[in-house]
Amino acid sequence: MYPPTGCYGAPPQQQSYPTIPAHSTPAPHKAPITNSAHSANYYQSNHQQQQHHHQLPQHHVAPSQYSAPSSSVPPSQPHPTLHSSVPPPSNAQYNQQQHPPYATPGSYYGQQSYHSQQQQQQQQPNLVPAPAGGPGAPLYPIVSYPSAPGSSQYGTLSSSQSTSAPGVPPTQMGAPLHQYSTSRPAPTTAVQPGYSVAPTSQLGPTVNGQGSTVHQHYDQSHQASLSYDSYGRVTHSSGGADADRPPSGTPSTSVHSSPGHHQGVQYGYVANSGASSASATTSGPAAAPLSSSSEDDDDDEEEDEEAGGDTSSSSTGSASPVPNSYDSLEGGNYPDSMPPSNDMTNQAAPYGSYGYPSMEPAYQQGPASHTDSSPSHDLYSQSSYQQYSQPFPNLSQLSAALGGLSGVPELEVEALRPVNLLQERNLLPPRPLEAPEPNLSPDLKKVNCSPHTFRCTLTSIPQTQALLNKARLPLGLLLHPFRDLQQLPVITSNTIVRCRSCRTYINPFVTFLDQRRWKCNLCYRVNDVPDEFMYNPVTRSYGEPHKRPEVQNSTVEFIASSDYMLRPPQPAAYLFVLDVSHNAVEAGYLKYFCELLLDNLDKLPGDTRTRVGFLTFDNTIHFYNLQEGLSQPQMLVVSDIDDVFIPSHDSLMVNLKESKELVKDLLTSLPAMFSQSRETHSALGPALQAAFKLMSPTGGRVTVFQTQLPTLGAGALQSREDPNQRSSTKGVQHLGPATDFYKKLALDCSGQQIGVDLFLLSSQYADLASLSCISKYSAGSIFYYPSFHYIHNPAQLEKFQRDLERYFTRKIGFEAVMRIRCTKGLSIHTFHGNFFVRSTDLLSLANVNPDSAFAVQMSIEDSLADSSLACFQAALLYTSSKGKRRIRVHTLCLPVVNQLSDVYAGADVQAVTCLLANMAIDRSISSSLSDARDALVNAVVDLVSAYKSNVSNLQQSGLVVPAAMRLFPVYILSLLKQKALRTGTSTRLDERVFAMCEFKTQPLQQLMRMVHPDLYRLDNMSDQGALHLNDTVVPQPHLLHLSAERLSRDGAFLMDCGYVFYLWIGKCCSEVFIRDVLGCPNYASIPPNMSHIPELETPLSERVRAFLDWLQDNRAFSSMIHIVKDDASAKATFFQHLVEDRSESASSYYEFLQHIQQQMSK
Amino acid sequence: MAFTFAAFCYMLALLLTAALIFFAIWHLVLPEYLIHFFFCVMFFCAAEWLTLCLNLPLLAYHVWRYMSRPVMSCPGLYDPTTIMNADILAFCQKEGWCKLAFYLLSFFYYLYGMIYVLVSS
Repeated sequence: MYPPTGCYGAPPQQQSYPTIPAHSTPAPHKAPITNSAHSANYYQSNHQQQQHHHQLPQHHVAPSQYSAPSSSVPPSQPHPTLHSSVPPPSNAQYNQQQHPPYATPGSYYGQQSYHSQQQQQQQQPNLVPAPAGGPGAPLYPIVSYPSAPGSSQYGTLSSSQSTSAPGVPPTQMGAPLHQYSTSRPAPTTAVQPGYSVAPTSQLGPTVNGQGSTVHQHYDQSHQASLSYDSYGRVTHSSGGADADRPPSGTPSTSVHSSPGHHQGVQYGYVANSGASSASATTSGPAAAPLSSSSEDDDDDEEEDEEAGGDTSSSSTGSASPVPNSYDSLEGGNYPDSMPPSNDMTNQAAPYGSYGYPSMEPAYQQGPASHTDSSPSHDLYSQSSYQQYSQPFPNLSQLSAALGGLSGVPELEVEALRPVNLLQERNLLPPRPLEAPEPNLSPDLKKVNCSPHTFRCTLTSIPQTQALLNKARLPLGLLLHPFRDLQQLPVITSNTIVRCRSCRTYINPFVTFLDQRRWKCNLCYRVNDVPDEFMYNPVTRSYGEPHKRPEVQNSTVEFIASSDYMLRPPQPAAYLFVLDVSHNAVEAGYLKYFCELLLDNLDKLPGDTRTRVGFLTFDNTIHFYNLQEGLSQPQMLVVSDIDDVFIPSHDSLMVNLKESKELVKDLLTSLPAMFSQSRETHSALGPALQAAFKLMSPTGGRVTVFQTQLPTLGAGALQSREDPNQRSSTKGVQHLGPATDFYKKLALDCSGQQIGVDLFLLSSQYADLASLSCISKYSAGSIFYYPSFHYIHNPAQLEKFQRDLERYFTRKIGFEAVMRIRCTKGLSIHTFHGNFFVRSTDLLSLANVNPDSAFAVQMSIEDSLADSSLACFQAALLYTSSKGKRRIRVHTLCLPVVNQLSDVYAGADVQAVTCLLANMAIDRSISSSLSDARDALVNAVVDLVSAYKSNVSNLQQSGLVVPAAMRLFPVYILSLLKQKALRTGTSTRLDERVFAMCEFKTQPLQQLMRMVHPDLYRLDNMSDQGALHLNDTVVPQPHLLHLSAERLSRDGAFLMDCGYVFYLWIGKCCSEVFIRDVLGCPNYASIPPNMSHIPELETPLSERVRAFLDWLQDNRAFSSMIHIVKDDASAKATFFQHLVEDRSESASSYYEFLQHIQQQMSK
Repeated sequence: MAFTFAAFCYMLALLLTAALIFFAIWHLVLPEYLIHFFFCVMFFCAAEWLTLCLNLPLLAYHVWRYMSRPVMSCPGLYDPTTIMNADILAFCQKEGWCKLAFYLLSFFYYLYGMIYVLVSS
């Protein structure tokens, strides 16, 4: 029996451990030397912006032009607004056309309204059931023209520096505002200008009810505090718009604006409140220094923290205004003829982007006035509903058109619109589905955690477990906590402010009762604000705790003090355990491994203390002495595999820097060393034991390469797979481990902070079900390359190389723990992912990597009636590869509802699918595969019947689901056809088990692309709705249903399956496309195994490549592309992804729906 | 009145049950199973059939539970990787409370049985 709690029970809390002297390092460069203890260094950077943020830079450009006359506005204002994930059409329009002045609001509105008309007309068929379709057009004037109030506000506002995003779709906002202000007279009128012109953050005060007297004051502080959010953009704009400014010279320029040198860099943006030009420059460097988020270039990603602000800032900051072409999307363009595609998403965009009344809830309540706690909730709920109607004007019309629904918030109307699945066939949105936005007030929404990091299956949390049960949907979180971020505030502070009873980190959703006290949003305890926290390093002012970065960002990273250490932070330590048996030599991976490692040796995350070691094994274990001073590496062979010992303790794991030559030597000679090996046995178990012993003193990462079933020593396995059963429709055996040797070893490793990553490159059955345990419980990752061979399988080889490159260079965190806290009343039920659960809310992660995600099932233990918001906080404490102890905190805030219809309206169908997939995997291992499949089908049946009996009052026959869940049956059907869960189709056991492991660890977006790939038609892409990034045009073709009927022989179709793209070329595909894109004269001459798109100079090729690059852009692992010809045998791999079609063993979508209907009527 | 082997068994069971009550709460499963098995054997030897019958279901449950334990190669009963799942945790807790009740009742039953045997013999 293993003790459930390891040697360190409650990591994040203070634990007194002897040691720690070594710690104090974090400070030197960044500790704000001048200003006493008030040291919150706060950096941001903005690398690798993803497509979802591409509207941001635009904000930037547009505003700066627009506001040029009004001077004094720091361009830094446009707020990131992470949740609005799609560029608002209006902005896009601006930038592209680059009218310098938006001469009059009038013209601007004109355009805008035109947009919405277009959208309106085109989206009707999609959005509204047939009857309502007609009136759509006549209605739109209502939406677009009430711009009058907006424009008047504009007039008034220009005095108050209306800068940031004037492009903010005023039309869309104006209309509802208008409605709303009439309906809600007194209190809201004050708010109205603030929101409607929200682009200008300066309006904050009005929102605040503080009146205009304080106006200036707020303006300034506001700008300052906001500017840090938008660093990335700031820098871009400084490079682009203000061309005269030298983009890279910033570090020095920044200095003069503030007293001390360090201060200047660190708090540079403080100085920018007044002068726009200065702000851009100063904030640039300030953004850079920590930039621990700029993961795509890992090399500078953390050394900046070591190197101090100035040097690194020039590289990450404004020096490279456009770090990556797509990142900084300068002008997303939605030309006039907006395709119907963007209906939902674009509508949603204004929400995030229309500006930032960036008041915290606490802030809204005003500093000292509210000592009682109750008003806060009122305020929330009120404001959330007030704001609600604004950004969705046309939806509001829809609701009117539907009749009798006008009282319901429009978002919900759309999400709740009953969809009869048997009748509606076009369910897919034109663009890949985005996470639904929780129904929160805009200011909460703005600070809420990014859905890429933290996502909940129900964006409206039901109040009670009874209500949750009634909804028949699982409640859970999908977390991607260590994701590569493009912007992350890093805070160095002597005291990390936490709730005294539940230890929650202070976050944007806490309530400030007054200047000195804050109320925890998880346990509702009232805490004191420590003195240090009163000082705001951003504005360098005292008494503004609500403006601290911790309270302005839902994702922050703290540099932890020695309280958070059990021992001095470990150095980065990497041990590579390589299979060199005959089988491995045959597969030929070793050469590629050595080459790639040699290339990436300097990019391994780490510092001067980084240690590496190598260990090879066949039927014996070979250690390599790489001690500095040796002329060449020494191999030490241990042949006693029953009792493995370490031949030499200090020379096997060596400092990479000191022994680099020897390491290089070894890597160069290693492939040749075993080329003659005839040994077929594999002693993986003993090799792992040796690795464990070798790494125990430090902890670190063990990377295991294995090419066959382990046959010797401890952990030897037998083949369990019966090839005749591969396509059995009955149960699948042997999904669980055959021995718990690997699991126990993994737990030992986890206890010693060793993470084991497994690369399995086996052509035969290798019992991944047993082997995977070594990674599962030590928080490692698993890679599997079936039928790997360096000559015969070039596709796998390429994938291996790409994965390995990413693997070597990606960020890593050591000796990590993650704790998930949630609002009182909620509790964690089950975790999914690779980790060891140390207590009910604490995961022990020996290693944490940016590519693995976690899922958490939640249950509601007590009624949440006493709160209108539910919050979740995930805190990941880890040691960075530079030996810093850091805490990354993510906080998600969601509304609590008591109506079933609201629960359905907020359901996130993708998250639900992923959570169900995780649960199904558990079920299939603990019970049986058929059980798991039945459970998935029942999930659909349950949902449909629950919706029918509880919510839908329409007496429709057929399968009716809320629109928010309309893709649920498709997704479940796709799940049932995945390798992990399918039956009847021949599936090798290892591949099935690997697919199951993937389900457990892949982040949601990646998983959804694997489950339900995106299909686009490429040969007739138009520029309609294309994005304009920098100087490239990225066309945005529509998503197609995954059915062969959507394919046509004269087309070329791209399927995006996450790790791989398939480009299917129809037999009659136009020769122009084949010639221009593939570089082949005609269809017949396309080579059968083509796996790249040649870089041709034709416009068509450029567009296709731009689109592919854009799809590729925000993925960690680069995807491969396969060209699939219609007649090739390879087309089976393409067609198996067409999940809506009938396959030999699985039903089509329509049959599936009929099956559901039968089940319901039982 | 004589201090028979049966009376000795009851007395022993009485003492050990007191220990079991704590084990049931603390989930010291192996000692608990062993002790329970031990005094079941004692009752068997003492030919206390009724008492043995009362204990047989629990004995059978223990055997079943141990045979179907998730851990395969060592004596433990709980799987450290899944024990923190709420449903398993809840089950184990419920199991603990049920056993606690059973041991409490049997404590008094053994007390009664011991006195009865002492008096009747």
